[in-house]
Amino acid sequence: MTEAALEARGIVAGYIKGLPILSDVSVTAREAAITVIIGPNGAGKSTLIKAIAGLVPVSSGQVRLAGQDITNPRPDTLGRMGIAYVPQSDNIFRSLTIRQNLDLVLRHAGSDATARRDELMQQFPDLAEKQRDKAGTLSGGQRQFLAVAMALAVKPRVILMDEPSAGLSPRASQEVLEHARVLADGGVTILLVEQNVKQALRLSDHAYILADGRNQINGPAAELLDDPVVGQIYLGGKRMGTA
Amino acid sequence: MIGVISYLVFFTTVASILAIAVLGLNLQWGNTGLFNGGVVAFFGAGAYATLILGGTPQADHLGGFELFYPLALLGGMLAAGLLAWLVGVLTLRLRHDYLAIATFGVAVAFETLMRNAEGLAGGAKGLRGFERPLREALGDGFTYNLVFLAFVLTLLIVVYVFLGRLIRSPFGRMLRAIREDEVAAKSLGKSPSRVRLTAFVTGSVIMGLAGGLYATFYAFISPQDVLPILTFQIWAMLIVGGAGNNAGAVLGTFIIWGGWTASGWALSRFAPIEAQLYTGTVQFILIGMIIVGMLMWRPQGLLPERLVVSQSGKPENKHKTGSRR
Amino acid sequence: MIQSLLDGILVGSILSLGAIGLTMAMHMLRFANFAHAELLSIGAYAALVFDGLFSALFPPLAAAIAPLSLTWALSLAIIISMAVTAGSAILVDRFVFARVRAIGGELSMVFASFGVALVLRNLISLIFGLKTQLYSQDIVFAVVISADPLLLVKPDQVFALVAALVIMLILHLVLSRTTLGYSLRAVAENPTLAQVSGIRLSRMIALIWIIGGGLAAVAGVFYGLTNQISPVIGRDLVLPIFAATIVGGIGSIYGAVLGGFLVGIASNLALVILPSGYSPAVPFLIILAVLLIRPNGLFGEARE
Repeated sequence: MTEAALEARGIVAGYIKGLPILSDVSVTAREAAITVIIGPNGAGKSTLIKAIAGLVPVSSGQVRLAGQDITNPRPDTLGRMGIAYVPQSDNIFRSLTIRQNLDLVLRHAGSDATARRDELMQQFPDLAEKQRDKAGTLSGGQRQFLAVAMALAVKPRVILMDEPSAGLSPRASQEVLEHARVLADGGVTILLVEQNVKQALRLSDHAYILADGRNQINGPAAELLDDPVVGQIYLGGKRMGTA
Repeated sequence: MIGVISYLVFFTTVASILAIAVLGLNLQWGNTGLFNGGVVAFFGAGAYATLILGGTPQADHLGGFELFYPLALLGGMLAAGLLAWLVGVLTLRLRHDYLAIATFGVAVAFETLMRNAEGLAGGAKGLRGFERPLREALGDGFTYNLVFLAFVLTLLIVVYVFLGRLIRSPFGRMLRAIREDEVAAKSLGKSPSRVRLTAFVTGSVIMGLAGGLYATFYAFISPQDVLPILTFQIWAMLIVGGAGNNAGAVLGTFIIWGGWTASGWALSRFAPIEAQLYTGTVQFILIGMIIVGMLMWRPQGLLPERLVVSQSGKPENKHKTGSRR
Repeated sequence: MIQSLLDGILVGSILSLGAIGLTMAMHMLRFANFAHAELLSIGAYAALVFDGLFSALFPPLAAAIAPLSLTWALSLAIIISMAVTAGSAILVDRFVFARVRAIGGELSMVFASFGVALVLRNLISLIFGLKTQLYSQDIVFAVVISADPLLLVKPDQVFALVAALVIMLILHLVLSRTTLGYSLRAVAENPTLAQVSGIRLSRMIALIWIIGGGLAAVAGVFYGLTNQISPVIGRDLVLPIFAATIVGGIGSIYGAVLGGFLVGIASNLALVILPSGYSPAVPFLIILAVLLIRPNGLFGEARE
């Protein structure tokens, strides 16, 4: 078994004091693998990602990156720690050009910025063509790729992705998820929240099911894919009782 | 002794009139979340219109329609309401701070107009020629003031009860719903800008009533009575008392008006002569510090709004600014 | 008529400088800051203090730069004043606005700025007195540009206009060409994404106040130079500056520049028809007109 790159233990978190959305969640993302979090609406999946990224205050529990405690980080320091976060929607700056979007995340890179930008442009030829266009003019799939490119700009060890396939056509979402697979195979740790359960499970290594702000089931993604209980939850739409 | 009582009657009358205006503001800010930066314009519209409609004919300015007093007072309320409607129609569908800016502007424009338009309202000299109602029967003395106080208190109670009912009515619930979450209210098929306009106009009509009473009490109004500081005072009264709570609004009025008169008296009595010029300056600083201090340390006021949280566990507060640190 | 137009342009440059900072704060911090115009007062008085100080310490500096009434001492004082004003703006934000932002909504901020304006304005009255003051007692005569129609302009006014335009050009270059500029735009568009992209929000907020405060200081000094200095500068300019932001469209920096000039010109032209006593009301009429015709201003985007 591979090493734990990112670990969240006993997370209690929420927007309002005394009203936690996550009441006790533990998740481990293994290195160079895709870990997916699934669960019904309102289970707290996005909140978990945001809590790890420091966007929702964690009132109890611990987040560790390669063994180091990073609970409640200041969001602007994520990049320096080697973590990138791709929000669900509004994950690019529409009023800036594609190039400016990238320059923004690259501005700490100093003299390497131009080189890094060229690398990214080679990786995403679709974006390279439209460098000087406003990001707001991109299609849904292209936007998602720009968001991923912005995340990759800082060469992260860990990428947190919040429903990257939301609002995309089946083809575009497949492409985005396949790209995540390529990244993971290249050594990046990915923690993913997905609604698109089957597709996500197929491409992931490990999966967690969350409901009512708590862990329910976890295991290798392939096993969960064939698990009749998981099928029942999602196909029957029935909600699980709290553990 | 009679001097003290007569002063208390005077004080209570003015404070009660102001309390009516504060209740009007409470409907706008406390219950609906509308920022009115020009309370004094609506107060002033009520005051000027009441005197113009109810006064005796004057050579040098408009007015002197000698209307039956209650009609003149209603006319004042109507004037305030019309002004509010005009501002509201233009701004309430826009970003929230447009209303703040437009109302602030309307107050500046109102004061400017009253100061300059001699033919309309006597200009800087103010508006004279108003006969206080029932003056022949009651005279000018203590009895009159006592009766007038009773009249003002009655109206204060009427407004208080009216607003209390309004807030508990379905309309009141809608106001709070819109204040808390406009998007949700809209999805229920309600038109937030219409409802907000109604609340804004109603609140301003109540301010107009207070202005009419104020002008009646002094039988005179001039641009000096519609200076921006009155807006600040009324705001301080509401925020100290507790926005959203009518009892708090009245309590806050008496506290701030008491503090204002007491500080003015103390400064004029004990401050050295050369500093007397700055009495107002010091008082303005105090009012400003009260407003800022309350917002920083006790935004709910002395008597907080009593209500059940309308949506429990709703994660994001829509009113929160996006720029958290 | 042409003289009014000319005067309007000169006043307009001052309003533009004030409106740029205000519109940035309204866009990025999302509240109408009624205390912004008080920064102009702070700037004007800070420059007055340091002008006096420099003139007293180094008398040669008190010489006017011909043909202006502006002295070398005052020129230096403007730079110090920009720093003082920016510092004041940051202090007010740290001690008041940051706290209100944390516990209240956007409108609580508007409300707090109302109170802050009252406190600042009256503190200035208390410290410097209610009387009006001047940077220089020397009388500088207006220059006749044309005899028919008679057109007069003071050298100080021309200097203020040119300097304001140069400052705006520099700001434009910074905002459109540097990553700092992109960062500010990014924060305005999406604060959360800006943060996770590595932008430190507290730095950007400070930067907004530095730009806003610095420009306001220059505007305040130029106003003092071409008119006079008094504690009510803020009170008199708050509405025209708001009008400029609304004309230009809230959030648009170029709109604020244009709005400033338009409001300056319109206010001066209006006085051809209206008695001068009505001038405080003109910005409100402009606001009304914009709300009727084009509520989001010239360059504004529709936004709740």
